Amino acid sequence: MAKIALEHIKHSYSTQLSGPQEWALKEVDTVWADGGAYALLGPSGCGKTTLLNIISGLIIPSQGRVLFDDSDVTSTPTIDRHIAQVFQFPVVYDTMTVYDNLAFPLRNRGVAEDKISARVREIARMLELEGLLHRRASGLTADGKQKISLGRGLVRENVNVIMFDEPLTVIDPHLKWLLRSKLKELHQQVGATMIYVTHDQTEALTFADWVVVMYDGTVVQIGTPVELFEHPQHTFVGHFIGSPGMNVLPCEVSDGTVRLFGNKIDTASSLLPDPDKGTIEIGVRPEFVRFDAEGFLVEIIKVDDLGRYQIVEARHEDHTIKMIAGEDVEIPSESPRITFDPHNTRLYADGWVVD
Amino acid sequence: MIEKTANKKAWLFVTPVVALVAFNALIPLMTVVNYSVQETFGDNVFFWEGVKWFEQVLNSERFHESFLRQMAFTGMILVIQVPLGIAVALTMPRKGPWVSVCLVLMALPLLIPWNVVGAMWNIFALPDAGLLGRMINGLGIDYNFTQQPVAAWLTTVVMDVWHWTSLVVLLAYAGLRSIPDAYYQAAKIDGASAWAVFRHIQLPKMKHVLTIAILLRFMDSFMIYTEPFVLTGGGPGNTTTFLSIDLVKIALGQFDLGPAAAMSLIYFLVVLLVCWVFYTLMMRSEKQ
Repeated sequence: MAKIALEHIKHSYSTQLSGPQEWALKEVDTVWADGGAYALLGPSGCGKTTLLNIISGLIIPSQGRVLFDDSDVTSTPTIDRHIAQVFQFPVVYDTMTVYDNLAFPLRNRGVAEDKISARVREIARMLELEGLLHRRASGLTADGKQKISLGRGLVRENVNVIMFDEPLTVIDPHLKWLLRSKLKELHQQVGATMIYVTHDQTEALTFADWVVVMYDGTVVQIGTPVELFEHPQHTFVGHFIGSPGMNVLPCEVSDGTVRLFGNKIDTASSLLPDPDKGTIEIGVRPEFVRFDAEGFLVEIIKVDDLGRYQIVEARHEDHTIKMIAGEDVEIPSESPRITFDPHNTRLYADGWVVD
Repeated sequence: MIEKTANKKAWLFVTPVVALVAFNALIPLMTVVNYSVQETFGDNVFFWEGVKWFEQVLNSERFHESFLRQMAFTGMILVIQVPLGIAVALTMPRKGPWVSVCLVLMALPLLIPWNVVGAMWNIFALPDAGLLGRMINGLGIDYNFTQQPVAAWLTTVVMDVWHWTSLVVLLAYAGLRSIPDAYYQAAKIDGASAWAVFRHIQLPKMKHVLTIAILLRFMDSFMIYTEPFVLTGGGPGNTTTFLSIDLVKIALGQFDLGPAAAMSLIYFLVVLLVCWVFYTLMMRSEKQ
């Protein structure tokens, strides 16, 4: 078990750099607490897997340092880092039985056979693989194989961190839920730091205590699911998390007031950004938009009734605004007007929140 | 359940293939069967001989010798080429510009016509004029493949290794390339040694292509004719007379069409039998 610190990590896969767009990771500087359950969330190609491979030592970062409990492991080989990793596609050694698969990491490290046997049986019990120990691993279903991959990680007692790289991609939907709860349960039993990479927000929010959101090679926010929802630090977080995502609308700042479509708007941002510096936008979640005779005029495009609530798609000029209204809310049929809840409306300058 | 419609017209599409196979395989084969059970003195006059030719071939010392020679040759070829091919494939780069260079270099020997390979090695190994032959003799080793059986054998085997190992390399390389990176990464994390990676990841993943490689190398080396014929002509004496060479000698040298036909059928059945055994074993291990 260890605290993991990434200090000013940058990485590029090409050796010749012609511009900033070549960085797979632009600048990552984070600390992962010992024993935490983290989800690494972001769209495909944002650098999640690169970051994971840097922690596991499969990639040496171009710049920066990796620390495990304050000791520098940046160039330590994978085997000495005591980490476990579960990949997107299950990796099992086809010619071996389930038992031999689980015993493999211990045998490679020269552990005594009786100790191996005890440990393998313990892990098999945790993962509910006991009945299959003497079957050939190649004959198992995808979720069984993925359990073996996970088991090979858990079988070593000194793992610093267990990393999951989209481990449920090839698992049937009804088994996904079961396996995910199993992982959560294991985290409580084992107590190791776990990092779970995914691009699925439901997976991230159900598994993790802390969600790390990545976008375009950088970490844009680390927070609890509630924080990500209530205080998105970046328009990407607002947009990526929540369904539907946050409304992001262009606005003007002049003479100390914020104007949206010519109307003065109150926001939770106490400071006003310098209007000359980059694009300024306003962000508000659909949950905090409501009908109000005092608000500005919109045209209603579509209403989706989801039973418990309705998703209303409204339009003002070229801009779409989504709102969530309770099932009992009457949708005004003539000249509907809407307002935003000022406590949950924030200003964003070049994508980053202004507080 | 979905009912399948029986459409007999489909058979029509198969007829061209059936006709082609009949023309280029079945009819010639039946001609051989025809010769193998009869005696002829030309003029299309045939006398029924039953299984006499088969008995004669199976009991002949000459057939036993060339059969053993053939087995020895094929055995040596497989023992050398398969491990060597795997070893070369393992050292080839997985990525980068050198991949295509290596692939082209590897494919080159396979593109050379077989009789050219034989002629090349013949000249190359000539003890008085060839580069290789002179070099070996220059080192003080008495080497003359036209007169020494051991030298003739070695030269034939080395020539075949040079010509055909590439095939095993290319197949093994294709097998290696199909292994996802995650396997190597997982092996690193599990602390596997290079040998363990080979034994538990690479070899099992190459199993299918290697089976095909072994099968192809068996069939081709068991039926080898052109290269040793051009290189040694089956000599010195009969020491490199493999089955095909012997067969041609009987059929076209001595014009013993009956025994030659019987021998080619036995030869064919041996190849068929080995391939069948191989195929069955392959399918059985697939099911497990």
